[in-house]
Amino acid sequence: MARPIDEIKWQDLEIGATVSEHGSSREYKTGTWRSLRPVVDKEQCISCGVCWLYCPDAAIKRSDDGHFQADEEYCKGCGICARECPVGCISMVIEED
Amino acid sequence: MDKFSVYSARLVEKAEYFACGHRACQGCAEALAVRLVMKALGRNTIVAMATGCMEIVSSPLPTTAWEVPWIHVAFENASAVISGCESGMKAMMRKGKLPPKKINFVAMGGDGATADIGMGQLSGALERGHDFVYVCYDNEAYMNTGIQRSSSTPWGASTTTSPAGKISKGQYTQKKDLPKIAIAHNIPYVATACPSFPFDLMEKVEKAAAIQGPAYLHILSVCPTGWRIPTEEAIKYGRLAVNSCVFPLYEYEYGRYRLTYRPTPILPVREYIEGQGRFRHLTPEDIDAIQKRTMAEYDKLVKLSEEG
Repeated sequence: MARPIDEIKWQDLEIGATVSEHGSSREYKTGTWRSLRPVVDKEQCISCGVCWLYCPDAAIKRSDDGHFQADEEYCKGCGICARECPVGCISMVIEED
Repeated sequence: MDKFSVYSARLVEKAEYFACGHRACQGCAEALAVRLVMKALGRNTIVAMATGCMEIVSSPLPTTAWEVPWIHVAFENASAVISGCESGMKAMMRKGKLPPKKINFVAMGGDGATADIGMGQLSGALERGHDFVYVCYDNEAYMNTGIQRSSSTPWGASTTTSPAGKISKGQYTQKKDLPKIAIAHNIPYVATACPSFPFDLMEKVEKAAAIQGPAYLHILSVCPTGWRIPTEEAIKYGRLAVNSCVFPLYEYEYGRYRLTYRPTPILPVREYIEGQGRFRHLTPEDIDAIQKRTMAEYDKLVKLSEEG
């Protein structure tokens, strides 16, 4: 998106409320909703991808070393990944700032 | 059980067609269901979506979470609009204005849009035999507007318009059996699924899209907000609903029923009901009544699947 969401005025909207840019919701960072943050213990992680599969927000990304980690920009902190992880390597810690 | 093991998660399609940044509540299993359905459908898909949670959270102007052509229509006419899309595209391909291509036409709606408001249009589209898939995300009430009861709300559930109190036990009617209504239209494919069983769900979506003619999918989508459960337990409650036979997973293909998952052992309904805030007023006798009814329904289904 060319401009941040809060700078777009009603005059800028297309006729018929069409949104011509697909997947533009990525501009909106849902990570600010979070009160708990998932922390992965990489020693225990078996990189099975279950957390990635069950994440409702598609916020879990695979890092270069093969582990799966939550994207801080989009993770809403629901805790599903920590609950479903088969080895229990994800813990939810309180977001401090 | 191998089929339901989730350890092959990395074999699943990587591309996301339901992008992050959508505004669904924390732990929304319905958003997960949409994400998995779109993964299974892939890129060549046109979606018409009725008003409801998933429409609201995915498309606040000027952004959209969709990566495929998507249209928001009123509560009642998602299936009518997708019928028009399908017929129009078919005509254009016949006249050579578009290259022939397999496109998945998908209508989506919540349980309110399907069971209450869009029932007539859905019935019409199924009867006309358009080549489309209807996906109903059933979270058992109108969650988007603040948890009002729908005809898909189960007996005993407390919602804002069927509150439990001294006299009332919450919702006093039984849940409408939508898959059976779809089956009554004699369509080629009907299935029930739950995002807690992702591989089963994606397999059914692929089957529904591949079949020529209308297909109906009923997906139980746990709603932590409306069911009054902790956000991290959304997947667990989906699993409990299936394992206690409250929501059996089955498919109906060209006149044949098949249970795609038989829970062993069958868990008592109590385990599913106890932790949910919307059922907390129910007495042990009420739960026994639900248990009885659930098993009677399940036995009927087992009989149908054995008949083939």
